[in-house]
Amino acid sequence: MSPVMAAPEGLLLVLAIFGPVLGIPLLLVLGGRQAERIGLVLLALGLGVAIAIATTVIRRGDALEYVLGGWAPPLGVLLRADGLSIVMLATTAVVIGAAGLYARSDFGVPRGMPETRAPLVFWTLLLTVWAGLNAVFLASDLFTLFVALELLTLGAVPLVSLSGRAEALTAALRYLLFSLLGSALFLLGVALLYGSYGTLDIALLAERVRVEPATQLAAALMTVGLLTKTALFPLHIWLPAAHAGAPAAASALISGLVVKGSFVLIIRVWVDALPGVATPMAAQLLAALGAAAILVGSALALRQARLKMLIAYSTVAQVGYLFLAFPLASATQLGTAAWTGGILQAVSHALAKASMCLAAGLITKAIGHDRILDMGSIGRVMPTTVFAFGLAGFTLMGLPPSGGFVAKWLLLRAAIEGAQWWWVLVIVSGGLLTGGYLFRVLSRALAQSDEPPGLRSPLDRRGERLVLGLALLSIGVGLVPLASLSIVHIGRGL
Amino acid sequence: MSGPGPIEFGLVVLIMAAAIRAHVAQATFAAALGFIAYGLLLGLVWVRLGTVDVALTAATVGAMTGVLLLSAATRMRAGERAAILERPGPALRGLIAVLCIAVSAAIALVVLMPADPAPTLAPAAAANNLHATGVGNPVTAVLMAYRAIDTLLVNVVLLIAVVAVWSMAPDSLWGGRPGPTPVRQDNEALTFLARLLPPIAVGVGIYLLWNDINEPGGAFQGGAILAAMWILARMAGLVDAPAIGRLSLRLALVSGPVVFLTAGFAGFALAEGFLAYPSGWERPVIIVINSAMTLTVAVTLAMLLEGPPTRPPSPPLAGMPTAQDAKRGER
Repeated sequence: MSPVMAAPEGLLLVLAIFGPVLGIPLLLVLGGRQAERIGLVLLALGLGVAIAIATTVIRRGDALEYVLGGWAPPLGVLLRADGLSIVMLATTAVVIGAAGLYARSDFGVPRGMPETRAPLVFWTLLLTVWAGLNAVFLASDLFTLFVALELLTLGAVPLVSLSGRAEALTAALRYLLFSLLGSALFLLGVALLYGSYGTLDIALLAERVRVEPATQLAAALMTVGLLTKTALFPLHIWLPAAHAGAPAAASALISGLVVKGSFVLIIRVWVDALPGVATPMAAQLLAALGAAAILVGSALALRQARLKMLIAYSTVAQVGYLFLAFPLASATQLGTAAWTGGILQAVSHALAKASMCLAAGLITKAIGHDRILDMGSIGRVMPTTVFAFGLAGFTLMGLPPSGGFVAKWLLLRAAIEGAQWWWVLVIVSGGLLTGGYLFRVLSRALAQSDEPPGLRSPLDRRGERLVLGLALLSIGVGLVPLASLSIVHIGRGL
Repeated sequence: MSGPGPIEFGLVVLIMAAAIRAHVAQATFAAALGFIAYGLLLGLVWVRLGTVDVALTAATVGAMTGVLLLSAATRMRAGERAAILERPGPALRGLIAVLCIAVSAAIALVVLMPADPAPTLAPAAAANNLHATGVGNPVTAVLMAYRAIDTLLVNVVLLIAVVAVWSMAPDSLWGGRPGPTPVRQDNEALTFLARLLPPIAVGVGIYLLWNDINEPGGAFQGGAILAAMWILARMAGLVDAPAIGRLSLRLALVSGPVVFLTAGFAGFALAEGFLAYPSGWERPVIIVINSAMTLTVAVTLAMLLEGPPTRPPSPPLAGMPTAQDAKRGER
């Protein structure tokens, strides 16, 4: 275990995590007056880093690794970018970038004004969430991943209560308690694994792992902990309230990205660190919870009176699809296709949901409320926003040619080939229910009969372009040739 | 290692009693006291297990959360009755209890039948590689060399915790001072202690930080002692909390992460890469990083205990009040 030299491209992996981290002290010292500018510069640089990592990994056709401090695992910690990492890094950079640009109208800082609370806190936490997510996607040591999750949680929770209203504080506190419970369970599992194998490095664990009670208990604890953070039914109950009071940009981050961070960790635990530990029954159970999430979440979304809450329950439902990949991946010849479907669902949902959350924010800002019933004819005054909302809806429903279509189609095909027809029913009925609740919104928005609601503030043109851009991307993901989608498997031995 | 003796059995009984007390107590204040006792007893367990580093950490964490819980419990007294009414019903509480007991029992079961012998990295961390880290305390080697990234990220987490607490402030108070306005206490013993102890404690804190290189100690423990002294002086009314917009406070808060990051990135140019230290310079570099982290930990813990700003900034809404602001505080 002598110190090991590191690949020169490794600098990119370090920058992906510590670029945003560097911004945090910068913001606090230079003050909120510079918050927006520092944030935007880092967003641009971070997008560049994500693209550079992705092209490097694709060019090499293998994972990019970097040994920190010259200490190789098991003693030290390794950063590793594989296909799953690069896809999530890129999605994160895009959604964070869009949220940051959108937030310029809510949390912008005019030149020469003193520091104020909301902008400084927002930009600091945006960078925190970003650093936390990138660390979640790149660390390959379970304890470092735990710290990354904490960073992510601590960044996301105060975003929920940024408005300072009592109900937002209550929702944030509930989110914090659920999330801490999840962290504690994850950490318990990590401790049990170290006790059994003397390492927390994912690759070394995969070599040493044995199916025995301590490992199974660790896997169960970690899974439940991560499910809590991913808001999988029935552990979703913190999510809708957290969205109700959160600023639009924060909703986009939480629904689009934060819950995906813990989802990626579940894949890391089940597939990469502890292969063969989860039984087929456990995978079926996970997918059953996913199916319940799809049906219950969609049914509840149908009943919501407020657009933000409808979007929140829609997230509960769409998170369910992610977990259908687990039994399908292990039971069929098309295992890799099921994983591609699951990961593609995570990406296209992130883009589409971010678009919807920001669209809801634009609507709320423009007409002063988000009651669906009183939104009649809003399509006439905000056509771009409503059009983008509809496009994003294509992805959620799984209509071609969207990213959501390809994701759900891959899952469907795996379900049929694997003779697990019950998941076909879930996917199809989930799509119909999604169509139902989106139709409720669009039929009001496009109603011809009503007088369009008066606009309280001028339309945010930049915001409209961002919403449309995200929605188009979520469609565009579906146009990527299927063969290219296999990049998600680079360096993953699938 | 000898088997459990009467002290161990006594500790287990007391810990269980404190834990149960914390759970069944009706009043928040009593529950907090139970939890503090639980934390202190747990510290003793770590001492009995021979892990002084963990014992020190457990004791400081216990003390800090204790202060936080007690002050929160005091503030919540007014709404206590309403809160008790909102508690979950017996069915839900029973379910939670069953789940907790099931998880605890399962963990106890698998821990009591461990792999034989349990695999560990301790020899690798303590002997084979220690010389290359430049430090003599294997715990420091883990925190500052092998797994430096975790320590660095945790330092950032601490910083964000302060931002999170500050974010609860009303907009109008942003940039102001947190906590209550200081009132000089008539309590002579407290004032005397608050004057006498801090210089000694600063010495102890620096000793812990320095000692950490070869013996148990460290930035967290040192910082916690410094923070405790701040609280003592604050309780005696000798000092006032700094305005959260003050540049010096912000600089102190970020010093740990900034120095750590600088050293980390310097590794690209001067050593083998990120978070690698130049050969032969490991010890001084680690001491510098640890000193900055001690400052960050001390200020972070103190500001976490102070809470969000409660008094408007002076001059009103100034972004970064500086010298003028400091003078006002001294009056």
